[in-house]
Amino acid sequence: MAAKKPSEKAAPSNISAEELKAYYRDMLLIRRFEEKAGQLYGMGLIGGFCHLYIGQEAVVVGLEAAAEEGDKRITSYRDHGHMLACGMDPNGVMAELTGREDGYSKGKGGSMHMFSKEKHFYGGHGIVAAQVPLGAGLAFADKYKENGRVTFTYFGDGAANQGQVYETFNMAALWQLPCIFVIENNQYAMGTSQQRSTSSPEIYERGKAFGIPGEAVDGMDVLAVKAAGETAVKHCRSGKGPYILEIKTYRYRGHSMSDPAKYRTREEVQKMRDERDPIEAVRTLLLTGKHASEDDLKAIDKEIKAVVNESAEFAKNSPEPHLDELWTDIYATEIPQEA
Amino acid sequence: MATEILMPALSPTMEEGTLAKWLVKEGDTVASGDIMAEIETDKATMEFEAVDEGIIGKILIEEGTEGVKVNTPIAVLLEEGESADDIADAKSEPASAPAPADKEQSAPTQSKPAPEPQVDAAPDWPEGTKLKQQTVREALRDGMAEEMRHDENVFIMGEEVAEYQGAYKITQGMLDEFGSKRVIDTPITEHGFTGIGVGAAFGGLKPIVEFMTFNFAMQAMDQIINSAAKTLYMSGGQMGAPMVFRGPNGAAARVGAQHSQDYAAWFMQVPGLKVAMPYSASDYKGLIKTAIRDPNPVIFLENEILYGRSFDVPDLDDYTVPFGKARIWRTGDDVTIVSFGIGMTYALEAADKLAEEGIKAEVIDLRTLRPMDTPAIIKSVMKTNRLVTVEEGWPQGSVGSYISSVVMQEAFDYLDAPVICCTGKDVPMPYAANLEKHALVTTAEVIEAVKKVTYK
Repeated sequence: MAAKKPSEKAAPSNISAEELKAYYRDMLLIRRFEEKAGQLYGMGLIGGFCHLYIGQEAVVVGLEAAAEEGDKRITSYRDHGHMLACGMDPNGVMAELTGREDGYSKGKGGSMHMFSKEKHFYGGHGIVAAQVPLGAGLAFADKYKENGRVTFTYFGDGAANQGQVYETFNMAALWQLPCIFVIENNQYAMGTSQQRSTSSPEIYERGKAFGIPGEAVDGMDVLAVKAAGETAVKHCRSGKGPYILEIKTYRYRGHSMSDPAKYRTREEVQKMRDERDPIEAVRTLLLTGKHASEDDLKAIDKEIKAVVNESAEFAKNSPEPHLDELWTDIYATEIPQEA
Repeated sequence: MATEILMPALSPTMEEGTLAKWLVKEGDTVASGDIMAEIETDKATMEFEAVDEGIIGKILIEEGTEGVKVNTPIAVLLEEGESADDIADAKSEPASAPAPADKEQSAPTQSKPAPEPQVDAAPDWPEGTKLKQQTVREALRDGMAEEMRHDENVFIMGEEVAEYQGAYKITQGMLDEFGSKRVIDTPITEHGFTGIGVGAAFGGLKPIVEFMTFNFAMQAMDQIINSAAKTLYMSGGQMGAPMVFRGPNGAAARVGAQHSQDYAAWFMQVPGLKVAMPYSASDYKGLIKTAIRDPNPVIFLENEILYGRSFDVPDLDDYTVPFGKARIWRTGDDVTIVSFGIGMTYALEAADKLAEEGIKAEVIDLRTLRPMDTPAIIKSVMKTNRLVTVEEGWPQGSVGSYISSVVMQEAFDYLDAPVICCTGKDVPMPYAANLEKHALVTTAEVIEAVKKVTYK
């Protein structure tokens, strides 16, 4: 990715100040939420694996801007950003991180396993790439029901080397499933760089063998992500089958909380933060375009800080699940109804 | 207000660490994301970032200090406008302990059955019901077709289920009746189409995923266990996978090691799955209908050799068999023989021959392995005091070994002899006809086991 100063670009004329401010707010919520999650992890309030989304915020915020009510999304375990972006309650997400009864999964899922039928968020999956055929299956159900919905199936550059991705590409193209395969290429599969793991670096081209169109997108630019998302959604919703978006992004933090970060230099991370930060970019657009003042943005910062602090307090104060919960939700007694 | 910066936990198992190096000094301004220190954990050296912005007011733990406990204050951060004098007021943000759960609670354990187990011994169909002879194959297809007529969200997918009419002709005629939208030929891609099936179930459909044989389901094991079986629990009950995975399981005839494994014990182990392994045609029909209606993922283990066998099937409009209810095929006082699926062939043959010698065996067909009708086994053992289990699967971790442990824990005082588990031999399935015959459990072995436990 070439280094571009955010200030070199101006906001396209078809984007309103309100939209820009909304993207700024949504991305900032994810960043501050994740920072707080990292802090709570450090305090021992969050356990196990915890994969932060910091740096990748423009991906989910841009794509959610292209989605419509009823569209579905599914992802892997770096999932907090997706949940916040689709409108899930920060309190419920944070309380799940702390393993409490008010968490989205009543404390039984944790960071990697959360779901919301209401927001059409289908997880939160811990096995790399397993969510790819699952996402195509959601799209299969929508096509079967002829309801015009599309599914955003997120996976990483690491997952893109799993065989089931290509099994899924084949069937998704064969059956013309309304599925957008979103490859969040943050350049590192845990600690292995794309160069060291991937024979052909242009992952979006891997749909060619199946006749699936794909494009690479600048994932540090929320407006570019949104525009690409709109193209993909239009393609899928019009019945033309799946679409691939390879969104080139960057994760500032480690793979998980216990990542010693020996596989990349501190300078590389710092350069990204300084030159390509997606939130700073929108901030600059807002200020230079005179869509918002420093004070307006400070007010948003303050509002987000309050939301995040409240979620942390909520997550600390929510009780641990009752021990009876150990034995519930193993078997359903009735067919789950659609939201 | 000044805040204390606490020693962070930087791995799932870290309790203390070494503060290897400070990268900031007193008086420095830090912003969120700035690296403040390097900390050595039990596994690696990690960078520690600032979460809030402020000025480093005081460093409390010198670099190089070992054994710093997690949550010990290591520095004080001042807000804009504060000075070192404010340090006395530092508000520590210690890790608040989890809200205590009710102290009186203890993990509920599964309740032990009462000494007299409650068993549902009602017959499967009312007396006088008209019966017809049907093969397992026909009964299975009829059961699926009836459910597909009742519920538009039920569909079947798998290799050769549509145009070919089923590799074993189970889906014969279904494409004609239901069309290609609901009877779907898949490419040869078990991992992928199983995942799509599970996703479709999350999305509100009721898939029947056919495996040409369960041996091929090994490629899809992750989707069956991690995605289908666990999601209801992981989502706190919000969503699950109401669906059926079905196909022939276990040995057929001379198809070698990779096509001849019995997976009953594997699947039976998994909470979240239900497992059916029927023997007779009426049970194939009644259980497949129950499986399709069940709101959980069901593993339906069939047998290629049984497909062509004929049995009495009740001529009823909507015949179902509940899960977790064993069927007693013959009653007896001398020994209990428990089996399921094709194992029933050996159990019943052995019981016939033993009867000629005056040994009366009670033969129980479990029909479903999860839930398992253990009360029916216990009740019978209380009467016969002897137990032999029969299955084609391998001995270590077998279904029989589980039954044996349940009986030992719940009816130990009733046993007059050790339980014997008759299983397939502990070898991959050989091809040669004579070797294959010996690798499977035999009627003679069941008879021998019964004689051993009855001391005859």
